[in-house]
Amino acid sequence: MVNIDICKQKEISGILVRFEKRRDSLLPILIEVNRIHGFITPIAMAEIAEFLEIPVAEVHGVVSFYHFLSTKKRGKYTVRLCKTISCEMAGKEKIEKILKKELGINFGETTSDGLFTLEYTNCIGMCDKSPAMLVNDNVYFNLTPEKVIKVIDELRKRD
Amino acid sequence: MKQIKKKILFGEYVSGIGLEKALSIKPEDVIKEIKDSGLRGRGGAGFPTGLKWEFAFKEESDEKYVICNADEGEPGTFKDRKLLTEQPEKVIEGLTIAGYAIGAKRGFIYLRGEYIYILKNIEKAITNLKEKNLLGENILNSNFHFDVEVRLGAGAYVCGEEFALIESMNGYRGEPRNKPPFPTQKGFRDKPTVVNNVETLCFVPYIVSKGAEWFKSFGIEGSTGTKLFSVSGDIEHPGVYELELGITLNELLEVVGAKNPKAVQVGGAAGICVAKKDFDRPISFQGLPPGGSIIVFGEHRDMLKVLKNFLEFFVEESCGQCTPCREGNYRLLEGVNMLEKGNCSYRYLRELLTLCEVMKTSSKCGLGQTSPNCFLSILENFKDEVIFR
Repeated sequence: MVNIDICKQKEISGILVRFEKRRDSLLPILIEVNRIHGFITPIAMAEIAEFLEIPVAEVHGVVSFYHFLSTKKRGKYTVRLCKTISCEMAGKEKIEKILKKELGINFGETTSDGLFTLEYTNCIGMCDKSPAMLVNDNVYFNLTPEKVIKVIDELRKRD
Repeated sequence: MKQIKKKILFGEYVSGIGLEKALSIKPEDVIKEIKDSGLRGRGGAGFPTGLKWEFAFKEESDEKYVICNADEGEPGTFKDRKLLTEQPEKVIEGLTIAGYAIGAKRGFIYLRGEYIYILKNIEKAITNLKEKNLLGENILNSNFHFDVEVRLGAGAYVCGEEFALIESMNGYRGEPRNKPPFPTQKGFRDKPTVVNNVETLCFVPYIVSKGAEWFKSFGIEGSTGTKLFSVSGDIEHPGVYELELGITLNELLEVVGAKNPKAVQVGGAAGICVAKKDFDRPISFQGLPPGGSIIVFGEHRDMLKVLKNFLEFFVEESCGQCTPCREGNYRLLEGVNMLEKGNCSYRYLRELLTLCEVMKTSSKCGLGQTSPNCFLSILENFKDEVIFR
């Protein structure tokens, strides 16, 4: 049995009480924990497993399956640039370069101030307004390098 | 040219009329109307909607569910995004009618995580409909109760596949499972469940209120009705177009303002790449795949790069459960990289073509069964450009 950190337990139990104790609550719980904490720790997984009365390995299995669920700490803002065909044809490469330059990191990395994580994503259904990217829950489309700089600046200012 | 000016989904719509009509007749009659209309699933697979409902209707169970598949992940499709943004009431009305028809009291909308920004919009529509008594308790004083809840996905293309979606909803990895049992027998929470695409559900209120015969006046035999096409790529006006099924690719290209394209990917990454010689073929359940994703490639596009993009997509999105798909896509991508470098022999290529056949016949779900299509069609249509470069 995994030892559950008492302090942490309280942190996520606040989330757990809002859900029904049944297996199909698992994905909604994970999405909520991921949204609030930015990632899902082994402790959180153990706690969820206990709550739903399923093995921790099963929780981990589900976490590892979905692209948007993370087991690693990520930046406050996750920038996901679409790399699928329509966006690629509409000039994804330029946007790619400007993002790397402005954030000073490569794809798959997080800025040292913990503000941004940069990633690729597959088709986000913005093919008519490509290139496009997601920043957390928001979508930005018809991107140009200028527009990207503006978005990044605004997010930085917000902090 | 076919009468492309006739619209259904982008035409007139009065909220609640379809539902009111449905509630005034027996569930069996609603199902019969949908069956007679010839409506087929708009997500890509094209299963007859009425038949699916009938299967679920005939199952005996204390609980049944209807799920709206809003996990629109096929590269090049964005029609559901438009429907959920602009007319969520229509989607929910269709879902409610589906619930009434099969005997379900609860419905879910499985919304892909990428579309989370539409969530508020859908929730607002749910509240509005409840205020109008078109959703919730005792709908329009008919003694029929129905509630809708949105469930989010978390970034997995394969969850658009019906069985994977059910697994995901049930709180498991979104891996397609063996069939039978079908979701209409054992679906969400192991109860009979109907899963319908967003667009499919949008047609339902119209068919119920205006009748099957009216619906059949659109499209062609075996492919009735209109279809939303998400058109992107090298064209002047990318966007969603509502056109009748049976329209030829040429006619479609003219409508969307595609100037002299070299190739068109029909049906998304899982569809096929069509070259000029086949532009006169119709898009229907009998012809070119009517999934709705149309990606246009101009003269200057390198088709090998296009193919590489598709295969990178499949390698990442294969759930990895079955070997033909997991290893197959990986090998096809490797082959494309070899072609790019110029060190893929024709002999090896022939082996890859055999592999494509293996994938098509032995993959567990639609992903692995259709992912070789782009490889096969691009290689066949652009031999000089791709193989002998």
